[in-house]
Amino acid sequence: MGEYKGVWVFSENYDLILEMLSKGRELADKLQVELAAVLIGNNVQEKANDLIKYGADKVYSVDNPVLSHFLVEPYLSVLHNLVVNYKPEILLIGSTRNGKPLAARLSLRLETGCVPDCAKLSIDERGRLVGERITYGGNALAKVAFNGKPQIATAPPRTFEKLEPKDRNGQVIKLDIKPETPRTEVVETKPLEKSSVKIEEADIIVTCGRGLEKKEDKTLLDNLAKLLGGQVGNTRPLAEDRKWFTEWVGLSGHKVRPKLYIACGLSGVIQHVAGIRDSKVIVAINKNPEAPIFEVADYGVVGDLYQILPALTDALKKNLQ
Amino acid sequence: MCLKQAIDVTQLKVDPATRQLITASAPRKISDFDKNALEEAIRIKEKVSGVEIFTVTVTSEDAKTVLREALAMGADKGYVIQDANFQNIDTSGTASVLAQAIRKIGEFDLIICGETSLDSFSGLVSAKLAELLSLPQITSVRQLSVEDDIVTAERALEDAYETVRAKTPALASVTREINQPRIPSLMMIMKASKKEIVAWTAADLNIPKDKLDSKIEIIEVLAPKMERKKIMITGENVQEIADKLAKALIQEGIVGR
Repeated sequence: MGEYKGVWVFSENYDLILEMLSKGRELADKLQVELAAVLIGNNVQEKANDLIKYGADKVYSVDNPVLSHFLVEPYLSVLHNLVVNYKPEILLIGSTRNGKPLAARLSLRLETGCVPDCAKLSIDERGRLVGERITYGGNALAKVAFNGKPQIATAPPRTFEKLEPKDRNGQVIKLDIKPETPRTEVVETKPLEKSSVKIEEADIIVTCGRGLEKKEDKTLLDNLAKLLGGQVGNTRPLAEDRKWFTEWVGLSGHKVRPKLYIACGLSGVIQHVAGIRDSKVIVAINKNPEAPIFEVADYGVVGDLYQILPALTDALKKNLQ
Repeated sequence: MCLKQAIDVTQLKVDPATRQLITASAPRKISDFDKNALEEAIRIKEKVSGVEIFTVTVTSEDAKTVLREALAMGADKGYVIQDANFQNIDTSGTASVLAQAIRKIGEFDLIICGETSLDSFSGLVSAKLAELLSLPQITSVRQLSVEDDIVTAERALEDAYETVRAKTPALASVTREINQPRIPSLMMIMKASKKEIVAWTAADLNIPKDKLDSKIEIIEVLAPKMERKKIMITGENVQEIADKLAKALIQEGIVGR
């Protein structure tokens, strides 16, 4: 039995492979081992060379009509087969709704550990992978290492930034692996209507909480966001309790890391804060000087958002001219 | 259905000196997601005749109080597998114990789990259980129905709703949006006190000790440090405050060009 060696990256979501390749590159360089990407699907081979441009030394590509869309058993069996044969020491899997259960089952099949939803990944002095993840509803950060290999960690979308593509040398290995038969059947797929711009991609986010008295008053935030080229977000109570919106910013909703996060009329419960933790600068505007959001803000203003927001919009307009 | 006794994370306190969480004294409750799973099981029972609902809980500490609430909501019987050795098991260990207990309980048509747990938030156990029991696995379920031996479920994916079908026995894990769990009436709470809770230990299930060895090592669990400037902006009037804030943001180089 050979030794486990090398860093691998897999997701059924192509963009997420590109993102994780940048972290994979860093880990592989630190360990001085190869970085490989696993590409599974139907007619995916043309994309294989691009993965080398984004940092992979090797691409294992498995093409099969059965793999045209994600079903857990066929994907799991192919990935399991590859890991058993080529023995990577680290496997990063994209933490999507499909990818996380896949990682869970793969780790069980391989009798190894899996650390889900890592916000940070590093190598410790013993050469082990260490994942950092938010736990206890945002109350804590856990640092977790592995007691064996391969080490499987999952990372959510937009945790890492893609490398700039450049011409590099690499090897594409095409493999023919017979997938397991799926146990579920997809009857229908309804694409979701989503706002064309994703809030995770915004550099500036202005968010309102329960301090917003009427849904229509969101225009106050819209005006500021528009001026700054940012987007507007909201908290979970406005979505779940007041039903004004369908999505929210926070641990259970969109986790964001903009350059500027302006929190208006929201108290800053731990679950919300956990979703904005990595923002570069946080501004808090709240009537209550005791609101916990001030504890996690760079700039705080005790005041009414209905007065502060229009004044801030005007002041920025003036100062930016 | 699988039910976790979780730490109520909204009532967790942190030791400010060490940043350690004070978990021992924090209240316990049924993990929110598992309540949705139980509610969904009860709704199936209300539609399909002859259905019985068993809950299965793996825990290192007493869980009977919390389980009574599940029985009051409408579960028929509770199984608790309690063992002090479970304190440090990982998700593979939990899934192994659940699988072994379910095999011992007997035949079933559907296992319903919460998608993840309120406290550890890993979301790995249900998929691992499906793997161990070789069941069709349907995760992220936001709508569920059972007709004869076919389970139909709508899954919430990042960019689509996907409807899938599988033959029973199967496993589904549900999201919080699937339903609003009921609050048991006094009558239901009284009735629940007569329902049976079966208590087992790891030894009762003949689980090999190595199945409980953790594959991961928790290095530390600490309240996160937030290193923020915490500058409070004050002024004579709103305009002055707004002006100071605007200038600070421009100074940071994050607005404008």
